[in-house]
Amino acid sequence: MTPKVAIRALYKIFGPRDRAMVPLVQGGMTKSELLDQQGHVLGLQNINVDMQAAEITVIMGLSGSGKSTLIRHLNRLIEPSAGEILIDGEDVMKLGQAELRAIRQKKMSMVFQKFALLPHKTVQQNAEMPLSVQGVDAAQQISEARKWLARVGLDGFEDRFPAQLSGGMQQRVGIARALAANTDIMLMDEAFSALDPLIRTDMQGLLLELQAELQKTVVFITHDLDEALKIADHLVILKDGAIIQQGDPQTILLAPADPYIEAFVGDINRARVLRVRSVMTALSQDRFDGEISADSTLEALIQQAEGDTTQTYRVSDGRAVVGQIAMKDLVKALVPRPAITEDQTR
Amino acid sequence: MAGYDGVFDTLGLRDWCDQDKTDAPMSMAQLLAQSGGATEKAPLPFPSLDALHDSCARIAQTRDVTQGLEDGFLSIRPELKLVLDPITQPLSWLLDGALFLFETTPWWLMIPLLVIIAYVVSRSRPVTGFVALVLLFFGLIDHYEVAMQTLAIVFVCTGLSVLLGVPIGIAMSKSDTAQRMIVPILDLLQTLPTFVYLIPLIFLFSVTESKIYGIAVIVYAIVPVIRLTDLGIRLVDQDVVEAANAFGMTPGQKLTRVELPLALPNIMAGVNQTIMMSLAMVVIASMISAPGLGVLVLRGIRSLDLGVGIVAGLGIVLLAVILDRVSKAALARIDTHRNEQ
Repeated sequence: MTPKVAIRALYKIFGPRDRAMVPLVQGGMTKSELLDQQGHVLGLQNINVDMQAAEITVIMGLSGSGKSTLIRHLNRLIEPSAGEILIDGEDVMKLGQAELRAIRQKKMSMVFQKFALLPHKTVQQNAEMPLSVQGVDAAQQISEARKWLARVGLDGFEDRFPAQLSGGMQQRVGIARALAANTDIMLMDEAFSALDPLIRTDMQGLLLELQAELQKTVVFITHDLDEALKIADHLVILKDGAIIQQGDPQTILLAPADPYIEAFVGDINRARVLRVRSVMTALSQDRFDGEISADSTLEALIQQAEGDTTQTYRVSDGRAVVGQIAMKDLVKALVPRPAITEDQTR
Repeated sequence: MAGYDGVFDTLGLRDWCDQDKTDAPMSMAQLLAQSGGATEKAPLPFPSLDALHDSCARIAQTRDVTQGLEDGFLSIRPELKLVLDPITQPLSWLLDGALFLFETTPWWLMIPLLVIIAYVVSRSRPVTGFVALVLLFFGLIDHYEVAMQTLAIVFVCTGLSVLLGVPIGIAMSKSDTAQRMIVPILDLLQTLPTFVYLIPLIFLFSVTESKIYGIAVIVYAIVPVIRLTDLGIRLVDQDVVEAANAFGMTPGQKLTRVELPLALPNIMAGVNQTIMMSLAMVVIASMISAPGLGVLVLRGIRSLDLGVGIVAGLGIVLLAVILDRVSKAALARIDTHRNEQ
């Protein structure tokens, strides 16, 4: 399956002679050497990511890891020093200004950490903005904006100004604006990071609900691992401008590639994140204490077993039986394992 | 002889200095020196142009420099006039037209009209009421006509300053090179004493033309609107500009939909300053034929007519207050719904 968005060998170096620095970095120069010897800052190095259609790809890293820089390369708000960005097979790097604007209007919309709404426009006008930029006729602008505002729960707030809304509601406007643009790809730059924890949970729920219905290709940036694990279909972990592991979040949790990720996942409530599917083994017996869905969390299973660690459950996926899970294996899976030595990702 | 003779002698420049020496005395000081040596020179004067000239006739005197500057200006004056006259001619028409309009419109039409304008701009009853009171007061003390003349000039000059200043400010905000080039000019315009503008203008244009004071006022008053437009656009929240880019706005859409609206409070603050400064300059420009309240102030100074000068001066203050209140109220109106929270 060809990915919707593909990033190939992307490098970003900040400084006046960034292109000349690329071979040095490819030759193995580190971030601190580059800064000391050449006075250039290494932003991103050798990034390769495939983002599949209708999936949520989460790029996670701490501040300074380059994640916000990376997402801005997708719509070329930042120009890379080297590399390709393919969207539906088309290299964004080769586009002229007008084509680039067209792709920003029609293919990608963006949600921002600080909302970035127009303060002098009403909520309704803010949601209409992408459509009016596209030149859609006025009646359609109004109805589309109204529809998406209602969809994110902002019925009746159309005539307010952004400053009159709470942070969570402002970000709902931001999401409605991005949805109104009617693009396949949605870029979300730390979209929920500025919100209170409870509102953040609400917004994550809203995103997952919308995603189930709309099947967009979402690229989501966060520094919060809990958030990443909750919404990711594909997780990319970034450190110092390089990818250190990417893949299915369950796999990363069970087999961290690197002490850095190991430390990261150490604090996670694994029972809530891990699913039965990731821990189950092949069917080897025929007497079971019960049955559990492959997509249930381990927490749900512990609850079902009432904490009894001697039981074994049959795992089903819809109608089919796909394996079994012993409560003993479950308990083992709850303890973080040391990082595996061989590098699985690169 | 003067103190620097030795210097030129040792440098071997004596012949060059004396090449076309005339013995005609050049200045009163020299005359005095020749006639009896009454003035004893200090042993070592500062080596200024004049002191060096005493020792070496080939070196120019200071007054030659100022003379040269004047000659230079006068020599390019015809060309300068050829270029500037047609460009600035519309300014004369505008000023004459506005003065005609403000003077011939009868007061019972003009005053209500101005009050309505004040209300539309400020949307504030107290401010509007104050404007009406001030205008009626001007009528009462028989200063209505001169006040209208001043107002007409301020309106035309402020309008043109905004019309010219905002695009210049936009250009400065978009290009660092433009900013580096224009900022020193603005600094110069702001620090140059206001009377200094008037001198070259008198040489260039006739005082019978309205544009002579129009130019003086605009050149003086345009600075704040340029500066604050530049500042306002540069201060626009970069996150919002990034969002505009991310949704594919063209540079023109970005300017009209995001940057100018968000910079508007700053631009309006600049317009307010421009109004105040053009009012200040209109008074000074009365020395080069600008009509209005300034003429009365000038008459007060010239003929030591204390009462006339002070009444006209206070009239200018009242005019300044209403212009300031109305434009500030407009600014506050723009600001309200952005800062609610």
